[in-house]
Amino acid sequence: MRGTASARATMSSPALPRARAPILFGVLALLFAILVGRTFYLQWVDNDFLQERGAARFSREIELPAHRGQIVDRFGEALAISTPVKSLWTFPGQFEATPADRTALARVLETTPQRLSARISAAGEDFTVLARQIAPETAARAMALKIKGLNEQTEYRRYYPAGEVTAQIVGFTGDQDHGQEGIELAQQEWLGGKMGSRRVIINRRGDVVEDIASVRAPQAGRDLALSIDSRLQYLAFRELNAAVERHKAKAGGLVIVDARSGEILALANLPTYNPNARNKTARERMRNRALTDVFEPGSTMKPFTIAVAMEAGKVRPDSVIHTEGGTLTIGRATIHDAHPAGPLTVEQVIQKSSNVGAAKIALSLPAETLWKMLSDTGFGTAPHTGFPGEVAGRLRPAKTWRPIEQATMSYGHGLSVNLVQLVRAYSIFASDGELKPVTLFKTDSPVAGRPVISARTARAVRHMLELATQPGGTAPKAQVAGYRVAGKTGTARKLEGHAYTAKYVASFVGFAPASDPRLIVAVMLDEPSGGSYYGGDVAGPVFSDVTGAALRLLGVPTDAPVDNVILPPPGSEIHEET
Amino acid sequence: MMRINLVLLAALIACALSLVTSRHEARRLFVELERGESRAHQYETEYGQLQLEQSTWGMPARVEKIAREKGRMQLPPSTRIEVVDIGKGGGAP
Repeated sequence: MRGTASARATMSSPALPRARAPILFGVLALLFAILVGRTFYLQWVDNDFLQERGAARFSREIELPAHRGQIVDRFGEALAISTPVKSLWTFPGQFEATPADRTALARVLETTPQRLSARISAAGEDFTVLARQIAPETAARAMALKIKGLNEQTEYRRYYPAGEVTAQIVGFTGDQDHGQEGIELAQQEWLGGKMGSRRVIINRRGDVVEDIASVRAPQAGRDLALSIDSRLQYLAFRELNAAVERHKAKAGGLVIVDARSGEILALANLPTYNPNARNKTARERMRNRALTDVFEPGSTMKPFTIAVAMEAGKVRPDSVIHTEGGTLTIGRATIHDAHPAGPLTVEQVIQKSSNVGAAKIALSLPAETLWKMLSDTGFGTAPHTGFPGEVAGRLRPAKTWRPIEQATMSYGHGLSVNLVQLVRAYSIFASDGELKPVTLFKTDSPVAGRPVISARTARAVRHMLELATQPGGTAPKAQVAGYRVAGKTGTARKLEGHAYTAKYVASFVGFAPASDPRLIVAVMLDEPSGGSYYGGDVAGPVFSDVTGAALRLLGVPTDAPVDNVILPPPGSEIHEET
Repeated sequence: MMRINLVLLAALIACALSLVTSRHEARRLFVELERGESRAHQYETEYGQLQLEQSTWGMPARVEKIAREKGRMQLPPSTRIEVVDIGKGGGAP
C-alpha cells in the first residue's frame, strides 16, 4: 500500500513550470488594460457620436403644425376655414404589401391596384405620396390595414364655404397654406401660425413616453373679421350675375359701402371662380376688378365738377347754363349732348346729364382748383382698403391739362378710377361733405372723415342727385319703393389704344335713403351688348333691386311713401352718353 | 455606529423605492396628459369640421337653391314687391 500511495503522490503533483503564473497574470492584466482602454475610448473619445446614436433609438422630434386663423364676415360666418386632412406617404423600398393588401388599399383610396402599383414603381427609391389631402376617416381606414412602410402625415386644408361669391375678396392659399391672393395674402402674418416642435422619448411600440426638452408650442393663427355682410354679399352677387347675363356684359362689379363707417359690406365681381376647385381657373377670373382695374367713369364724375364750382362760388343750383343747342367746340374738338336742350339750370345739368353744361362749368374754373378738389376726393390715390394690388387710377397734374381735357374731365373722360374709389368719393355727398376712408375690415368705433366740401354744397348736390332718379332724370329705374334715393348714371365709351370705341361701360353710383344716407352702392357693367347700354337702363335697375332689398334687410326705416316709384311712359326716357 | 448605518440604509431603501414609484406615477400621468391632449385636439378638429359644415349648409346660395327647387319658391322681382305703409301711429294690430 505504501508503494501505491507514494506512486499516486508522484503522479498527482507534477512540478509546474515556474513562469506559468506570472505569464497568466500578465495576460489577464493586458486584457484588463484593453477593457479599461476601450471604456476610456467609448466614454471620452467617441462619446458624442454614441450619445447621438443612442438618442436616435428612443427620442424623436415631432413637428406640431399650427392652425391657420379663420376669415369670417362681420357676423362671424366663416368665409375661409382650415381643417386637418391626411396625406399617405411611403418609401417604395420599405413598402411591403401583399397583392391582397394592395387591392384593399386601392379600394380605400378609390383607385385601382394597377394605378397604385404604377405610382409606387414610378417613384423608384424616392419618397412618394400615395394620397394627398384626404379625409382623416379615409386615412384611418388605410392605416388600419397595417401595411408595413405606409405612413400618414397631418396637414391643413383651406375651405371656402361661400365659394365663388366671395372668391376675389378672400383669395386663397397655396400648398404650404401660405396666402397667395386677396386677403389671404395681405394678412398672411396675422392669419398664419408658427409651427411648433417637441422632443420626446418613445417606447418600443412608438408611443410617446416623455418630453425631454421644453415643448415649442405651435402658435395658432388669429381669426380675422371682414366688414363683409354675407347676406348683402350674396344679394349683390346674385343681382349682378343676373344683370351680367341679361345684358351679355363682359364683366361687372358691385360695391356696397356703409355710408357712416366706410365699411365695405359687399363687393361682388364677375366673372368669378370657385376657390375650392381652382385647378384650371384662368388668372383673369381671380382679379378683384372693383379694386385692381380702372375705367373711365363718364358722367358719374359730373357731381364733383358741380360741387367744386359751387364751392368756388361760380354757380348756384339755380344758375342758368346755356348749352348751345347741345354742341360745344373747343379748339378742334366738339362736345355733344345726346339730348340737345336749351338753357339748363345747374340742377338740370345733373338731372339730364348734359356734357356741354358740365364742360362749360368746368372751363369757368382754374384747372388747379378742379384738380385739387378731385385729388382731395381721392382720385389718383389708392383707396387703402387693405387689399393687395389695388390701383390708384389716373389723375394727371393740372399743369398738363389742355382746355379740351379740362372740359372732358368734367364729365369723366381723360381720367381713370376703380369702382371702390368712386364709391368712396360719393361719400362726400352721402355725408355732409366728409370723405370717409373705406375698409374691408370690421371696425367697431366710428371713423372720422376728412371734410372736402361744405355741408351746404353736399346737401345741394344730394338734392340734384335725387332729381336724377326721378322722372325727367336719367335714372328713373333706380328708384326704390318706400325710400328716397339719389345717384348718377354713367355711360362711358371705352378707350382702346388712343381711340374711343363703340363699346361702353354702364354704371350707376348712388346712395339711400336720401334723407339720411345709410348705404352707398355702385354698379358697373363692362360692355353690355344685349340691346341698351345706357347706365340708367343697365345699371339703374340693379341698383334699385340691390338697394331696396338691402335696406329692407337692414331694417332701415322708410323715408318716402310706398307708392313713390313713378316711371316715365315708355319712349320718353332721357338717355345720356358719357 | 452600526445603528446609524442601519437607519441610513433603511432611509436609502425607502428613498430609492419612492423614486421608483414617483417615476412610475410621472409616466402614468404623462400618458394620461398625452391622451387628454390628443382628445382635445380631436375635439378641436371636429369643431372645425362642424363649423365648416354649418357654414356650407347655411350658405344663402344653397338655401335659395333648395327653396327654389324643393319649395317651389322664388325671389319676387321688384315690380311684384308690395310695400305696405303702417303709418306713423303704428297702424297694424
